[in-house]
Amino acid sequence: MIIQDRMEIVEHKQIARAIFELTLRGKLTGEITSPGQFVHVRVSDSLDPLLRRPISIAKVDRDKQEITLLYRADGHGTGVLSKRITGDTVDVLGPLGNGFPIEATEAGETAYLIGGGIGVPPLYELSRQLTAKGVKCVHILGFESEDVVFYQEQFESLGDTHIATVDGTEGTKGFVTHVMDNLPTDFATFYTCGPMPMLKAVQQAYADKKGYVSFEERMGCGIGACFACVCETKDQSERSYVKICSDGPVFEAGVVSI
Amino acid sequence: MSRLAMELPGLQLKNPIMPASGCFGFGKEFGGLYDLSQLGAIMIKATTEETRYGNPTPRVAETASGMLNAIGLQNPGLEKVMAEELPWLERYDVPIIANVAGSETADYVAVAKAISTAPNVHALELNISCPNVKCGGIQFGTDPDTARELTAAVKAVSSVPVYVKLSPNVTSIVDMAKAVEAGGADGITMINTLIGMRLDAKTGRPIIANRTGGLSGPAVKPVAIRMVAEVSQATNLPIIGMGGVTNAQDVVDFLSVGASAVAVGTANFVDPFVCPNIINSLEEKLDELGVDHISELIGRSHRL
Repeated sequence: MIIQDRMEIVEHKQIARAIFELTLRGKLTGEITSPGQFVHVRVSDSLDPLLRRPISIAKVDRDKQEITLLYRADGHGTGVLSKRITGDTVDVLGPLGNGFPIEATEAGETAYLIGGGIGVPPLYELSRQLTAKGVKCVHILGFESEDVVFYQEQFESLGDTHIATVDGTEGTKGFVTHVMDNLPTDFATFYTCGPMPMLKAVQQAYADKKGYVSFEERMGCGIGACFACVCETKDQSERSYVKICSDGPVFEAGVVSI
Repeated sequence: MSRLAMELPGLQLKNPIMPASGCFGFGKEFGGLYDLSQLGAIMIKATTEETRYGNPTPRVAETASGMLNAIGLQNPGLEKVMAEELPWLERYDVPIIANVAGSETADYVAVAKAISTAPNVHALELNISCPNVKCGGIQFGTDPDTARELTAAVKAVSSVPVYVKLSPNVTSIVDMAKAVEAGGADGITMINTLIGMRLDAKTGRPIIANRTGGLSGPAVKPVAIRMVAEVSQATNLPIIGMGGVTNAQDVVDFLSVGASAVAVGTANFVDPFVCPNIINSLEEKLDELGVDHISELIGRSHRL
């Protein structure tokens, strides 16, 4: 169920250039049903910035009632959020959207988790849940440069992790597709989240595979009421559009037109 | 009698608070969060004769204490709204105000005639002020003669009272209000959004794919208050005021300048519980102001 919760900031720190790790505690944690869901965060109680910020959930700790958000402070709203300190409370709405299906991959099978930039965070909780289930996870993570790479060690602790950077300062030079070119394709499922060109490339490269894609779009309400984040579907006969916030953000590969 | 109850043409309101059209869909999303029967009324999303997909994305951009939107009247069309959306809302004890949109008079008339027969539709809101569609909408809302004629045409076929939603993007909103009054309108809803533009810092181009969008949110409230003040003194029509309402004080302000009820728009996106929160805080506000019934606040600004 979607609830509004004043969550307490347990920890808040910068972990890479402009990338922040925010741990929040509250009962909203208990409502989360799948990795890849997101929360809608009001960065302050003032009217400016007005709208909430959709941020994916990178880690869920049910015992401690804590969630971890990883976000990039590159705008006004996330800039304000980055200055909030431990002990503060934040107005959080969630969990929102439908996440990645972990049931799509059986124990013993291999899953490729492919992320780009600030699309990487939800793959962490996904990998935690898949590996706990006995799925072998291979992570292929793309970043701009070495100084914005985050959670490399955390991903490595869960499975093979390949890093690509556009400028080559860390891992393979280039995009995640360059890493994918050199990996076997005997995996069962792919899960991906990142910028649109990356999603397109991944979906094309693995067109014959079962896959799940998490999309991002400018949102208003986050609950499906405002029609800001609609995307056209590929098969127009069934339905002509989907709302990223409430029908997604995760869709089976091929459903959304990109 | 409840201290918050209000009666307007076609509408017996438990309280004068309702979500504004376009900010509440057809209620389903909010129905999952709270009991919609708490609301005074619901203004459903604009309905056109045919299905409309709306504008390309990005459709929204945030601004200082506000936002721009150019959704483009996306809706499933009259047939589906009549067959699915309105019947779904019948589970709630709440009057529906159906927002009617079109490109030409015949469209408006067709939608108004049909949708006004739905059992839970107690009033129409004639949308002559959407700034985000290429034809129709705004043209009807900027020329007084056209607005009067359209109002009269819709009035002639509607089974329920007709409110006309005015655009702030005009030289004289009073002239528009008088025109729709002359056309037989039963009430006025105001204001729709103000046309604006926000640029991408890197490219210098508009962020919204439609280039321009309608500005809403707390940023527009002073404009809305001024316009309601003017119109309420120039016509005898009841006004449902809106523009940047986020709390009970905003409601008091709109009533003070002459509105009889208040719609909440953008704030639903910020806090989906804003309408029940405002309703629950209104009585305390009346106590604070030493007022027995909320209707005593209507037009007090003009009485001073």
